[in-house]
Amino acid sequence: MRKALAVGRKELWQIVRDRRTLMILLFIPAFFLGLYGYALNFDIRHVRLAVMDRENNHDSRELISSFTNSTYFDIVANATSMPDIERMMDRGEVRAALVIPEGMSRDLRSGRVALVQVLINGDNANTATTVFGYAQAIVRGVSAQLQLEMITGGQLAPPISAEPRIWYNPELTSTLFLVPGLIGFIVMISSVVSTSMSIVREKERGTWEQVRMAPISNLSYVVGKTLPYFAISLVSAFLIIAAAMLLFGLPMRGSWLLLLFTVSLYLVGALGTGLLVSTLVDSQSLAFQVSLLVSMLPTILLSGFIFPIASMPAPIRAVTYIVPARYFLVALRAIVLKGVDLHVVSLELAALGVYASGVIGLASARLGKGKA
Amino acid sequence: MPAVTVRELTRRFGNFVAVDHVSFDVDQGEIFGFLGANGAGKSTTIRMLCGLLKPTSGTALVGGIDVGRDPEGVKSRIGYMSQRFSLYELLTVEENITFFGGLYGLDDKAIASRRDFVLEMAGLRGRERTLARDLAGGWRQRLALGCAILHEPPILFLDEPTGGVDPVSRRQFWALIHQLSQNGVTVFVTTHYLDEAEHCHRLALMQAGRIAALGTVHELKNVFSNRAVVEVRTPSPMEALRALDDVPSVEKTSLFGTALHVWLRPGERDTGPLQARLRERGLKTDSVEFVQPSLEDVFMDVVERASGVPT
Repeated sequence: MRKALAVGRKELWQIVRDRRTLMILLFIPAFFLGLYGYALNFDIRHVRLAVMDRENNHDSRELISSFTNSTYFDIVANATSMPDIERMMDRGEVRAALVIPEGMSRDLRSGRVALVQVLINGDNANTATTVFGYAQAIVRGVSAQLQLEMITGGQLAPPISAEPRIWYNPELTSTLFLVPGLIGFIVMISSVVSTSMSIVREKERGTWEQVRMAPISNLSYVVGKTLPYFAISLVSAFLIIAAAMLLFGLPMRGSWLLLLFTVSLYLVGALGTGLLVSTLVDSQSLAFQVSLLVSMLPTILLSGFIFPIASMPAPIRAVTYIVPARYFLVALRAIVLKGVDLHVVSLELAALGVYASGVIGLASARLGKGKA
Repeated sequence: MPAVTVRELTRRFGNFVAVDHVSFDVDQGEIFGFLGANGAGKSTTIRMLCGLLKPTSGTALVGGIDVGRDPEGVKSRIGYMSQRFSLYELLTVEENITFFGGLYGLDDKAIASRRDFVLEMAGLRGRERTLARDLAGGWRQRLALGCAILHEPPILFLDEPTGGVDPVSRRQFWALIHQLSQNGVTVFVTTHYLDEAEHCHRLALMQAGRIAALGTVHELKNVFSNRAVVEVRTPSPMEALRALDDVPSVEKTSLFGTALHVWLRPGERDTGPLQARLRERGLKTDSVEFVQPSLEDVFMDVVERASGVPT
């Protein structure tokens, strides 16, 4: 144990002197969080809207004010003709236009379907789909209201009204959903890269062989070497979580102790992955690339961070079972957003434990291989 | 009891036999040199003796411990220093010493006393806080040596220990090695430098996985005592080489620096036929005289005979 501590102390001295590693561990994670946190936002608000109101009566104004009140749309222009709208769309002054034809109220009152036109700039399909959804919901709401007024002739409430309450993330802000994913992603990358680089660097410099000549077991050496990285990565992970709370309003509804345990378990798996990478390659540049590959791709694509696992084809879904971030994200979201207890996330924690012991076992077996 | 006993030690990599039934002993306090070209099997032998590589067959006792059976037990009894002076560049002199001391399980008190010893020995007093990467070659080398003997091992392995170090530092280094040897430390050293090999008490020349010659420097040179070596200095060595090659009393010729070394057949003592042939061909000579064979002559001869290919 004394030997492992000697290794740990040495590693810490090295990290403190090696600006590059320290940057990877402390600065890059915060940078990533800021960058991705602000860039990755699926919510669309304040869509610039042009309105052409040919009807100009109570009903039409009602409809227009529903658009403004939704906060999804900002009315930036009143168009008077179709070419007007076309021009504004072309110049990018507006992303959508609402056209209310003459006779909407007449059609409404006479029981015919009243048509309003919504024009959406489709150059970005994702945005267009979302905007279309907003517009449709608003129009549907207004039309239900009008229908009711017509039938009852007064201001009665609708017979059945759903009152949706969205739990855990009431405003459905995608940031709250994405930030836990980002935390998992950043922690994974920085710890895999830093551990794999630190061992491969020793191989390159020849100190690895020098150490292997000493009477110290592989386990002590590896424990000593990863201990400082574990501590630093843990600090870094909680810094990111704190930053996410400050910058993106991530709540903390669960137990800090449970969170600490979950993050630690995830970190052990990540450090083990770094170790495993270091046993497979012999140069720092290759270690860097392989580390990025094995940490970044699965964590972004196969963890449910961005793309829902449920909608993946079966073979790919099967692969996601060995991606630790998959379990970490579920547990992290459950703890910070829902405030659940240990037993709710016990399955995820067990999976993280299995992953961690699996990679560390594999890595030590491979580390011992070159030995007599 | 010898410090190192090697019997029929063999290591194969697939079909390739890197070390082929090697046997030798190294006495306590001896400086034992291991010479050979790259790929001759020196490193493989050292790695087996240090417990890093399992022998395919044969035995090696290092400090009385069988390296095949207890590779970890060997490690606490040996010191190892490689040609790369594997220090941690980002650590200071003092931190390197503390780390390697800790790695060998020394407690703080032992580390402190050994640190003073190493700083003194390596002449690094006043440089305790210098980063290892900022040290000049000679100091790095002596620090690496110091780190390798922190735990006072009875046997020290030096793998090409003087590469890239200036001649003055090299001499200082060998003075340290002789001091260690006088204190009873057995030193096992590999080297490319033939002049360095002269520092060793005994030498083993390795060729193609076998020990081609073994003995003191004096003994190795005496292997050739019944064959005279004639050094010929001439302005046209290449022509002279060809002219002398088929003189009946000549066994072989080789270039030696700017001169020519001519090996006479056993029993031959006369330079007359050589000079006659050179005159015949109209080649001028500056001098023709008998010389002591150098270690390089011995080495070349051994390598040549062992591989069957003229070098």
